[in-house]
Amino acid sequence: MVDEGLKIELGKQGVFVTTIEELYNWGRKSSIWPMQFGLACCAIEMIATTMARYDLARFGAEVFRPSPRQADMMIISGTVTKKMAPQVVRLYNQMAEPKYVIAMGACAISGGPFKQGYNVLKGIDRYIPVDVHIPGCPPRPEALLQAFMTLQKKIEAQHLTGAGRPRHLDAEGQGEFPVPVQGEHDLEPTSNKGVWPLPVIIR
Amino acid sequence: MPGAGVGIVSNPGPSGQHSLRLNPSHAAAVAKFLRDDAELALDFLSNVTGVDWPDKEIAEKVKVSKAVDGVEQTVEETRKRVEPGCLEVVYHLFSVARKHGPVILRMRTVNRTDQVELPSLTSIWRSAEFQEREVFDLYGVVFTGHPDLRRLLMWDEFTDHPMRRDYVEPDDFEYEPTAHDAVAARAAAHQEPREGKVAGQ
Repeated sequence: MVDEGLKIELGKQGVFVTTIEELYNWGRKSSIWPMQFGLACCAIEMIATTMARYDLARFGAEVFRPSPRQADMMIISGTVTKKMAPQVVRLYNQMAEPKYVIAMGACAISGGPFKQGYNVLKGIDRYIPVDVHIPGCPPRPEALLQAFMTLQKKIEAQHLTGAGRPRHLDAEGQGEFPVPVQGEHDLEPTSNKGVWPLPVIIR
Repeated sequence: MPGAGVGIVSNPGPSGQHSLRLNPSHAAAVAKFLRDDAELALDFLSNVTGVDWPDKEIAEKVKVSKAVDGVEQTVEETRKRVEPGCLEVVYHLFSVARKHGPVILRMRTVNRTDQVELPSLTSIWRSAEFQEREVFDLYGVVFTGHPDLRRLLMWDEFTDHPMRRDYVEPDDFEYEPTAHDAVAARAAAHQEPREGKVAGQ
């Protein structure tokens, strides 16, 4: 790594010093293309975020792709029903690495007001890894921008080698997650324990 | 219409929305009359919904004459009988042409286990199609003559009817960070008991 002070000094002399890692991550974080799909009312806030007032394009994410093959990020914007959950997981599996997930709103992170309903999944993080959770019902566009910036910081901080490197640089990395089957009474299995180990409840 | 078997179910509440109980075997003819009659002209079906009436246990006091110590006496006895439940479908009709309504129709199945067929009114009011599918999905009423009777909200492999009173939801209460009341009690079954702590609190 280049010393920060030295970098600034060299910059004053007209010499630009960087690392491949920084350059690579700068490129990745500056053009995250979201997948174009919405699940419920949060999607309306997501649409508002892309429009002129909030302008997601400032962060290089205005290009919503209607195909999972071209998308880098999935915004789970709304209630995930048990009927929809297998399709959401399947779409995530079809995305190319590196891929990221923002769970937007109370429903997507926990089931929200429908948590005890018979047809609502209690959080999409039971089946796929979620990078940023946003609470709110629905979250304001500013909250989505905040989540987006959090994701950018996360990408920026990723090292290209060693433990915790992005999955696409890890030969062992597993980017596919089992799609739940719609059973006679519930989804089977009810959660992917590899992604979602039972959280500890502090009482 | 003689023999149509239409009864009136009165509503004693302040809204006073009384309804018509139809005999399922004549329901299609009655519905057609309600739609086509020039005075009624009930051309708009706004809502179809279901009601689940579970089996009801009724305790009754009956006076029985009995021989007590050789003497005939009248003794009060409590007897329990089970009134069989049923599934009910409710239709709300309005007339756009005559600007009146609602007229409420009710139909009941024989029981809530094996004889759950009712005639579909989709052929009279097209808007019944999806709503009858929803009632089929959530209550398990089978509409005979329905053009496309599939589940609407739940997936095809699902076998339960979630809006019935005896529906048992899957026991996935292993993680309830903000549980209270009934949810807390169910979540407690998944938690290890702690000393000095009452389960579910």
